[in-house]
Amino acid sequence: MRRRSFLKMSLGGAIGAVALRPNSAAAWQSRAPADSYAALVDLTRCIGCRKCEQACQQEHDLPLPMKSFEDLTVLDNQRRPDAARFTVINRYHSGRVNPEGQLVADYVKVQCMHCQDPACASACITGALSKTAHGAVHYDVNKCIGCRYCMVACPFEIPAYEYHDPLTPRVMKCTFCEQRLREKQLPPACATICPTEAITFGKRSALLKLARRRLKEHPGRYIQQIYGENEVGGTSWLYLSAVPFSKLGFIPLPNKPLPKLTETLQHSLFSYLWSPALLFTLLSGLFFFNRRKQLQQPENSAGHAGGDV
Amino acid sequence: MSGHPHSHSHSHPPVALRRPLWTPGVLVMLAFMAAAAVTLVVRFTGGIGAVSNLSNARPWGLWVAIDVATGVALAAGGFTTAALAHIWGRHRYETVVRPALLTAMLGYSFVVLGLLVDIGRSWAIWKPIFFQNHHSVLFEVAMCVLVYLHVLYIEFVPVVDEGLRDARPGHPLQKLVAAINRRLRPILWIFIVAGVVLSCMHQSSLGSLMLIAPTKVHPLWYTPLLPLLFLLSAIAAGFPMVIVEATLASSSLGTDDEMEVLTPLSRFTIVLLGLYLALKVGDLLWRGSWTSLLDGTTQSNAFLAEMGLGVVLPFLMLLRAKVRRSRRTLFIAALLIVGGVVLNRINVFIVAFTPPLSTTPYSPALGEILITCGFVAALMFCYRLAVTWLPVLAEKKEKTP
Repeated sequence: MRRRSFLKMSLGGAIGAVALRPNSAAAWQSRAPADSYAALVDLTRCIGCRKCEQACQQEHDLPLPMKSFEDLTVLDNQRRPDAARFTVINRYHSGRVNPEGQLVADYVKVQCMHCQDPACASACITGALSKTAHGAVHYDVNKCIGCRYCMVACPFEIPAYEYHDPLTPRVMKCTFCEQRLREKQLPPACATICPTEAITFGKRSALLKLARRRLKEHPGRYIQQIYGENEVGGTSWLYLSAVPFSKLGFIPLPNKPLPKLTETLQHSLFSYLWSPALLFTLLSGLFFFNRRKQLQQPENSAGHAGGDV
Repeated sequence: MSGHPHSHSHSHPPVALRRPLWTPGVLVMLAFMAAAAVTLVVRFTGGIGAVSNLSNARPWGLWVAIDVATGVALAAGGFTTAALAHIWGRHRYETVVRPALLTAMLGYSFVVLGLLVDIGRSWAIWKPIFFQNHHSVLFEVAMCVLVYLHVLYIEFVPVVDEGLRDARPGHPLQKLVAAINRRLRPILWIFIVAGVVLSCMHQSSLGSLMLIAPTKVHPLWYTPLLPLLFLLSAIAAGFPMVIVEATLASSSLGTDDEMEVLTPLSRFTIVLLGLYLALKVGDLLWRGSWTSLLDGTTQSNAFLAEMGLGVVLPFLMLLRAKVRRSRRTLFIAALLIVGGVVLNRINVFIVAFTPPLSTTPYSPALGEILITCGFVAALMFCYRLAVTWLPVLAEKKEKTP
């Protein structure tokens, strides 16, 4: 190919690539399932009995803890879910008093929030994590390579890892009992066992309506917020509380789904590989332009044969 | 690499050095490699938890920050010198292309080895090729690294061919490599250009990795500009890394000091580093995160050290022609820049990573340090082997009176 025509082609290709560049601004769209299942936790009903922890351990066949589930002294310390327990109850003393003037504790159930647009699933290199139509963030161990980027990405610091398994460690977290739902049409084990009906399982839209009704009918009982309605674009686990969530170990989070920034960036830059193709074209053009220049001025680089690459 | 390296009018050709191998320095490298080998046995029998301080809250540590992120950044000399000498056509810099290419090739090879240690299911490392998540920044990084690693091996074929031609002429392997190289020569430009493109892609995307965790990364570092900053800092560190290597190699192996190339090379660094500095300062002002500069926290101190010692100081040093012309001060300035990039990657992936819920602190365990040091030693050992038997570096020039 003649060099001049190659240069022209480079330039043409570059202009074409820019023209065909996908429109990035409006590109990102939430992939949240339309009407998935969710769970509403009414913290004002939770009595910290740890029955949900026990049901979860049995449902998932997890190792039995050192202290029994009846032992409430474990509540003296704040705990996090880990590879051996997918949910924990933590106790908080926010200074709330009951009508009799006694200090009362608040209990908070912690587990995977099953985000509507999960950062973990967006981050996952192989798509081992995915948001199902039912609402669960599903983990497929057969795709996992153990990079732990999901753990980096999760704003709730939920995915845990089997660090002491040398060859086949898994990411461990609440499954939303999706298998139980799929095969037996049963709500999650924790929701079924809860003696005070603190956990309600159902469609997310219905639960949001229920939550709003409770907030409206008992304004004195709750603070006017449903945690999980909008946080990081919404989660499948929703919470109602009597005291501000910031006093109960809930962190303030942006309402924007976390994958939005990275996915917008990635797709606007790399859709159809337009920018690498453009750069490749420009650099090739430059390469041949400089080689031709060099061939025309042999005195500058004597002995530099044309095949010099 | 030049197809005709011997034809440079006033430069000196790269040669296989054939120096004695078992020097004290090499023995120290072997000691580090042995310690790492023992640690690796523990890693692959007792799990990652047996040798590291990684936890559920701090899933990425020293291995990701140094073995992967820093490894990739410091291999940038490979594509920056190739772009300068081959694409931009500045052939006077030809002599530094080969050592930089060798460093990049070894650097990326050890990035992959580092990944094999860090990921929980090392045997599953091939899975992203078939299970692709196109939304994942890490997927793009992985694919670029995978392809670029092979591009680097291909770019190195002419060096191997030349080395075999000198050492084993007529050997079947030599004939095979020569045949491959002959076919490769007319299309080698494709790989050189592709190498630059792939580098730009994943050097920047390494910075995008942390953008998915806005609540966990300290505001001094968290900015949507992270990919651009990562790309620019890698490019800016490319030539300084070449300077550091060339100076170390010429001191320990008695090869040519290349000052007539390194001094002009450092002038590009002024522009690149200045651009990075301007962007970094602009970003701090634009986001208003400069307010936490003097907090006195670990994060603010680490940021000040990174920028002050790793960017501002060497930038000011390089502005002076005297610094650029002296082998010693040029080396110091280049070393500061390289150190600054190392510190930046450590800061972004470890120091800035402050998950708000779990308070588990992280500092690397002895096992993590041993494996990382062992890999660095092994890389240096491979470099030493390569320059001993392959034409990478140039012998000392005869001083003309």
